[in-house]
Amino acid sequence: MDGKSGMSLVIKGKVWKFGDDINTDYMAPGFAKSQPWELARKSILHIHPGFTEGFAAGDVIVAGENFGCGSSREAAPANLKRLQVGCVVAESFGRIFLRSSVAIAFPVLICRGVSRAFEEGDELELNYEASLVRNLTRGTELNGTPLPAELVRIVAAGGMMQLLKQEAGAAR
Amino acid sequence: MGMTMAEKVLARAAARQRVSPGDFVTAHVDLVMSNDAQFPGSYKALDDIGLKRVFDPEKIVVVIDHWVPATSPAIAEMHTLMRQQVKELGIRHFYDVGVGIEHNVVPEKGHALPGDLIVGSDSHSTTYGALGAASTGIGLTETAYAMVTGQLWFQVPPTIRFELEGTLARGVTPKDLMLALLGRFGTQVAQYKAVEFAGPAADSMSIEGRLTMSNIGSEMGAKFAFFAADAKTLAYLRPRTDRPVQVFGPDADAGYEAVHRIDCSAIEPQVALPHQPDNVKPVSELGEIWIQQAFVGSCTNARAGDLERVAAILKGRKVAPGTRLLVIPASHEVMVEATRNGSLAVLVEAGAMIATPGCGPCGGGSTGVLGPGENGIASTNRNFKGRMGSAESFVYLASPETVAASAIEGRITDPRKYM
Repeated sequence: MDGKSGMSLVIKGKVWKFGDDINTDYMAPGFAKSQPWELARKSILHIHPGFTEGFAAGDVIVAGENFGCGSSREAAPANLKRLQVGCVVAESFGRIFLRSSVAIAFPVLICRGVSRAFEEGDELELNYEASLVRNLTRGTELNGTPLPAELVRIVAAGGMMQLLKQEAGAAR
Repeated sequence: MGMTMAEKVLARAAARQRVSPGDFVTAHVDLVMSNDAQFPGSYKALDDIGLKRVFDPEKIVVVIDHWVPATSPAIAEMHTLMRQQVKELGIRHFYDVGVGIEHNVVPEKGHALPGDLIVGSDSHSTTYGALGAASTGIGLTETAYAMVTGQLWFQVPPTIRFELEGTLARGVTPKDLMLALLGRFGTQVAQYKAVEFAGPAADSMSIEGRLTMSNIGSEMGAKFAFFAADAKTLAYLRPRTDRPVQVFGPDADAGYEAVHRIDCSAIEPQVALPHQPDNVKPVSELGEIWIQQAFVGSCTNARAGDLERVAAILKGRKVAPGTRLLVIPASHEVMVEATRNGSLAVLVEAGAMIATPGCGPCGGGSTGVLGPGENGIASTNRNFKGRMGSAESFVYLASPETVAASAIEGRITDPRKYM
C-alpha cells in the first residue's frame, strides 16, 4: 500500500481471527501510550494468544461483531496500519473505528458471514473496490457491504487530510 | 411521516427539507470538541498539510482533562504545546488543567444546545444528547478536517426508542437503569443507530441523570443518545448561554426502527462485571466480591448530585481498612458546589482521597490506576481488560451509591442498606 497516492485495490494475506467486541483499548492500551513503539507494538491485540509473536507484515484480520468498539482513540486503526495489517474484514465495526479507518485510508470492510467463512491461517484476498472477499485456501467467496462512493473517494485520495490538501490546493 | 430527532438535526445541518435513514449527507457542525488525548494529533495533521486555520474560532472547544495535573514531563510538555497551538489557531474556548472533564465542561459552559450538531474527539461525546443535541464521537483526523471545514459526512441513522415507564425505586439510579439496559440488550443494540430515551421516567429524570444515560449510550454503540429538550433543559441552559434555546423533540409521527418499553420500577441496583459493560447482574445476585479500590469519578457519574448522594451514604461512616476510596469531581464547578454544600467535608472525614477534576484512572492515564490482581469498583462507563491500569486488574461498574456502600464494607455492597 502506498500511503501517499491511495491504496492498492487487491490485498492478500494470512488470516488472524478475532471474536466479537474487540475494543480499541486492546489495540492501543492506555498503559502503552508512553512506551516506545518497539515495546508498545507488543501490546497491540495482546488478548489473542500468539498474535504478538506470530504476526507478520501483510497478515490480515477477520473478526466478528463490533470490531473497534469503545474509545475514539485513533491510535487503534493507526497502530494496525503501522503494524502493516493488510486489512480488517469484520461482521461489523464500532462506528468511530470505521470512520477513522476511512479517514486514514486503512482498508476495512463489513462482510456478513466472514467469521464463519475463514479459519485462522487461511489466505484471504480482498478486492476493495469490488467489496469482494475470497478465501483462497477454501476456494469460497463472499460479498461485503460496499462503502458509499464518497468514502471510497476519501480512501482513494489517501485519507481525509490528503483530500483536504487537494481541495485547498484546487481552491487557491 | 415525521422525523426523529436525529433526522431533524441532520436535515437542518445538511440544508435539506428532510432526510431518511441510510441517506448520506455532508453536514455543517455547530461545535467541534477536542482534548489532550487527541488535539495534539489533530494539530499535527493540520501542520503536516500546511493548513493551520479553523472554520470558526467560536465553534471549537478544547479541554485538557485526560492527564491532569500533568503526570510526566512529556505530558507537561504536550500541555504546554497545546496552549500555544490553541492560541495560534485563535480558538476562543479553551479550558486548561483543572476546569474539568470535557463532557461536564461542555454542558456547564453552555456549548451544547438542543438541536445542535456536535462532534467531539471522544467516544463519550454522546453525552450532550441529554440536552437534545445530536452529538457523537470521531477520531483525530476527522476532528482536524472538521476544525478546518466545519463539515463532515454523516449517514442518517435509524432510531430506536426506549419508552421508560414507571418510576425508579428508591436507591436505583439512571446509571442502574442504563446498566440494566446494557445487560438486556447488549453492546450492539444501537450500533450505527440513534437512541431516543422517552417516557415518564425520562421526563421526571434530572439533567444530571440524563447526562449519565446519554454518556453510556456510547456503550450501546449509539451514534446519538437523545433526550427531548424540555422545560428542565431550558432552565439548566438559559443561565449558561446567550444563544436562543428552545424545546426540541421528535415529530409525533416519527418512524422508529424499534420501540422498547421498559418497566423502570422493576429494576434494582446493577453491577457490570469484568470485562464488558454488558456483563451485568443485579447487585443482590453477586457473591462476595472484595475490592481494593472504589472510585467515584469520570464523565459518567461525578456531578454535584452524585457527590451529594455519596456523602449521604458515607456520613458518619468510614472507608473499610485496606480499601481506598478515590473521589474525583467532574469539574471545578462541581467541586465548588460540593465544597459549599458540605459533601466534600463528609467524604474527606470518611477517609476518601480527593483529586483534581479530570478523567483520573478511568482510561488508565492518571491518578489511581489499578495494579495486577486488584479489584476496583467504579462509577465509570467501561470495564475493558486493562482499561483502568494493569491488564491483570478487574473493574466492576456501578452507580456512585453502590461504589460508596462498597467502600464502607470493602466488598461490593447493595447501597440500599445505607439509605
